[in-house]
Amino acid sequence: MSKNTNKIDSSLINYTAGFVFSILLTITAYIVARDGLFQSWALVYVILGLAVSQLFVQAFFFLHLGEEKKPRLNLMTFIFTLIVVTILVVCTLWIMKNLNYNMMPHEQDKYMLEQNNKSSF
Amino acid sequence: MFGRLSLDALPTELVTIGGALTMIGGACTIIIALTYFKKWGWLWKNWLTSQDPKKIGTMYIILSIVMLLRGAGDALMIRAQQAIASGNSGFLSSDTFQQVFSAHGTIMIFFVAMGLMFGIINLVLPLQLGTRDVAFPFLNSLSFWLFVAGFILINTSLVIGEFSTAGWLAYPPLSGLEYSPGVGVDYWIWALQLSGLGSLISGINFFVTIIKMRAPSMKLMDMPIFAWSVLGAMALVMAVFPILTVTLALLSLDRLMGMHFFTSTHGGNPMMYINLIWAWGHPEVYILVLPAFGIYSEIVATFSKKKLFGYKSMVWAIMSITILSFLVWLHHFFTMGGGANVNAFFGIMTMVIAIPTGVKVFNWLFTMFRGRISFTSPMIWFLGFITTFTIGGMTGVLLAVPAIDFQVHNSLFLVAHFHNMIIGGVVFGYMAGLTYWFPKFTGFKLHEGLGKLAAWLWITGFVTAFGPLYVLGLMGATRRLDHYDASLGWQWLFIVAAFGLLMILSGVATQILQLAYSIYRRKQLVDTTGGDPWDGRTLEWATASPPPHYNFAVIPEASGIDSFWAQKQSKKKAKKLKLEPIVMPKNTGAGIIIAGFSFVMSFALIWHIWWLAIIGFVGAIITLITHLTNDDHEYVISPLELKREEAKAGREGLYL
Amino acid sequence: MTDTVIAKHQLESQGKNNFGFWIYIMTDCVLFATLFATYAVLNRATAGGPGAKELFSLPFVLAETMILLTSSFTCGLAVLSAKNGNKKQLLYWLVITFLLGLAFISMEIYEFNQLIYEGHNWTKSAFLSAYFVLVGTHGLHIITGLTWIAVLTKKITKSGLTTKTSGSLAMLGIFWHFLDIVWIFIFSFVYLIGASL
Repeated sequence: MSKNTNKIDSSLINYTAGFVFSILLTITAYIVARDGLFQSWALVYVILGLAVSQLFVQAFFFLHLGEEKKPRLNLMTFIFTLIVVTILVVCTLWIMKNLNYNMMPHEQDKYMLEQNNKSSF
Repeated sequence: MFGRLSLDALPTELVTIGGALTMIGGACTIIIALTYFKKWGWLWKNWLTSQDPKKIGTMYIILSIVMLLRGAGDALMIRAQQAIASGNSGFLSSDTFQQVFSAHGTIMIFFVAMGLMFGIINLVLPLQLGTRDVAFPFLNSLSFWLFVAGFILINTSLVIGEFSTAGWLAYPPLSGLEYSPGVGVDYWIWALQLSGLGSLISGINFFVTIIKMRAPSMKLMDMPIFAWSVLGAMALVMAVFPILTVTLALLSLDRLMGMHFFTSTHGGNPMMYINLIWAWGHPEVYILVLPAFGIYSEIVATFSKKKLFGYKSMVWAIMSITILSFLVWLHHFFTMGGGANVNAFFGIMTMVIAIPTGVKVFNWLFTMFRGRISFTSPMIWFLGFITTFTIGGMTGVLLAVPAIDFQVHNSLFLVAHFHNMIIGGVVFGYMAGLTYWFPKFTGFKLHEGLGKLAAWLWITGFVTAFGPLYVLGLMGATRRLDHYDASLGWQWLFIVAAFGLLMILSGVATQILQLAYSIYRRKQLVDTTGGDPWDGRTLEWATASPPPHYNFAVIPEASGIDSFWAQKQSKKKAKKLKLEPIVMPKNTGAGIIIAGFSFVMSFALIWHIWWLAIIGFVGAIITLITHLTNDDHEYVISPLELKREEAKAGREGLYL
Repeated sequence: MTDTVIAKHQLESQGKNNFGFWIYIMTDCVLFATLFATYAVLNRATAGGPGAKELFSLPFVLAETMILLTSSFTCGLAVLSAKNGNKKQLLYWLVITFLLGLAFISMEIYEFNQLIYEGHNWTKSAFLSAYFVLVGTHGLHIITGLTWIAVLTKKITKSGLTTKTSGSLAMLGIFWHFLDIVWIFIFSFVYLIGASL
């Protein structure tokens, strides 16, 4: 019985720790954005970095990915998904940026403005 | 009240009226026959509500073959039109021609290739893994019925309204509201959305089945290669079908709610659609071909009477293809504005993916080397595959060079290439698999002579039909032409190609004849070996043919690759096994009802009948919740009943 | 005898069910990733209309975020009470989670309503389409989760903590935590970065 309570206590501590960390990370990100502590791309990287840290905090404390027993299937599929998602997002942004660049953005913008003026909802 | 739906939706052109009448006639014949023979109750109890993967697999295969005939009809129209329309407009209006090629591609990929794949997986995978069922039987039946809903939807478009004219992937802005205001694209979207959702659920289901449901003694590295290839394919399904779902949903929102994802105004970006659809579309090709690779591996090993050469390298090849197939999708739009860096990266990755594929080809060849090869009809399909697929692979590597792609993109060279992969790789594989596993599920073999004839007709027909397209492509013929100038001198090549298609179709006819004749002569063709007609190597051959609905009375032992083969070789007398009670899923109609409501919802959304769409949506949700909160999903077969069942197959001597 | 065999079978199915649900969550990750990528590509395409900087109010969204984060925590406490076998505590935390979720989704609906009322609806620009669909898809998931909590609460009140209800609760926990993680990315990427650049 005492073993059981210990286990639950440690889970409670886990959840609480996760909650506190998450709140701290959220507020940090909020302050960084509100006060403009960084400029342009630096800001993007810092805020995305904070979000990713919170992803790992919650994955560890709330989803218990670290405590899994072997063969750690959840962790492996999680890593596989992370790889897929990274490839998807990064390659998409790279491709689309490249396409926009090569498709002469100025010409496109002009055309778009014309079209917008013609048909406005 | 009925949105856009009115009597104008009925077809007016001769060809489409013919199509509509065929559909209505077919549906009526089935309904009348079922009523006349009083088979509705039987159908509902034994098939429509069944959770048995063997039955679901059979239904998948039947529907896919029906769709294969429709897709082949479309192919015939395309070939006939192009053979005739040299300097004239042919016999199809260009609008109908566009519908025909759009339907051909959509049907062949989503409803033939995917259907055959899931059919074969359903039939074979649980048996190969030595398990009684898939991980989630209800979800299995749900995804099958969603596939059926898509199937009915795409056939409804023949009778009510029209089909998409925007090609099989419906690129915007052509598929947007501005240029395709009709219902065709909506039919396309919803048929794919439903069947795609079904595929996604199946993907999860089979992935979990492989990871969690194997016979306890079977380690991952003991699995048959077919199971490995399915694992790779299902990992891909899980990773890319959500992309398809989102892409279709966004296109649909553009059309239904006036959003601007892919429009050419208000900042929408059509290229984003092309990017996303190919991020799904390229892995999709590997989803289709990986299980076919698995089937070839089983067949080559069985008919060469040898262990598969390089099992481990095969597994690694499958896994590297799985990962690499995410990194090549841009090669579908090299010419749409990508710069040198992007094109070079994706071009090189495309060439890299040819390496593991090459490893597999050599593994198969080395398996045959010094084997005792018996040239059965599955082996003929395999030999046809390995030659055509190698040629197709070579043209693929050519297309992977961006500089060459700029010359031949969007031409018939490309069309020839991907048919080379899909027919030579995928279709031949599934045909081989169907022939190979047919006796397992019926208890008798297909007629060999007719089978070999069909395979040869397919192979020679394929070469005759697509060889000329390579030449035409190099001569500058673009794809999707409904007519061309007579002075180009293309007509004779198109006629040769049409002749090739006729050969393929006679191959299909031979297969139908083969099936009918084999059923007629089933007494003579019966499998007398007690379930192992080919002297097989893997566990599916260890149970009776046809297998009992619970597959195995006792879960078999499976240690090492080809464990069943090893067991047969060891000559040790098998110990008698103890029967335990087993738990099986009860039949449920929830799958078909949910899919029915989803069909109603999709149909209503296509025609803008909002109240009906709400009814369909709410109905589906309520049925789902009712089913999930119901506790009564399983029943038990006692050892006594098991013994009685096994006695029917003459296997009672195996048990205590 | 039949019942004990089925009960044993259900207990053995737990691992498989949880893993299957985890795989579903992974596919949902890809779904959201696709929507994020779309938003990232289209977020500057305002077609001359207002962008993220003009439209969003950060303190409001911070409140939403805190509410959802707290509900994720209480949902975890519910799962913990179930492991403890404390049904009363479990129902208490479930109701709290439900109310917090309801508050979150109400705030989101209010925000959407406000935007549409001011004329910034989804037909105005690609940016607004992408915004409404990304955030709206998350909202739909939340509504699904709320329905799930409601159905499960009723079921637990009726038949107590069985193998099935506790299995369902474990999955609900994963689902709810997952939605919180997705929201963190929406909060950071759409709102914080959007409003400061």
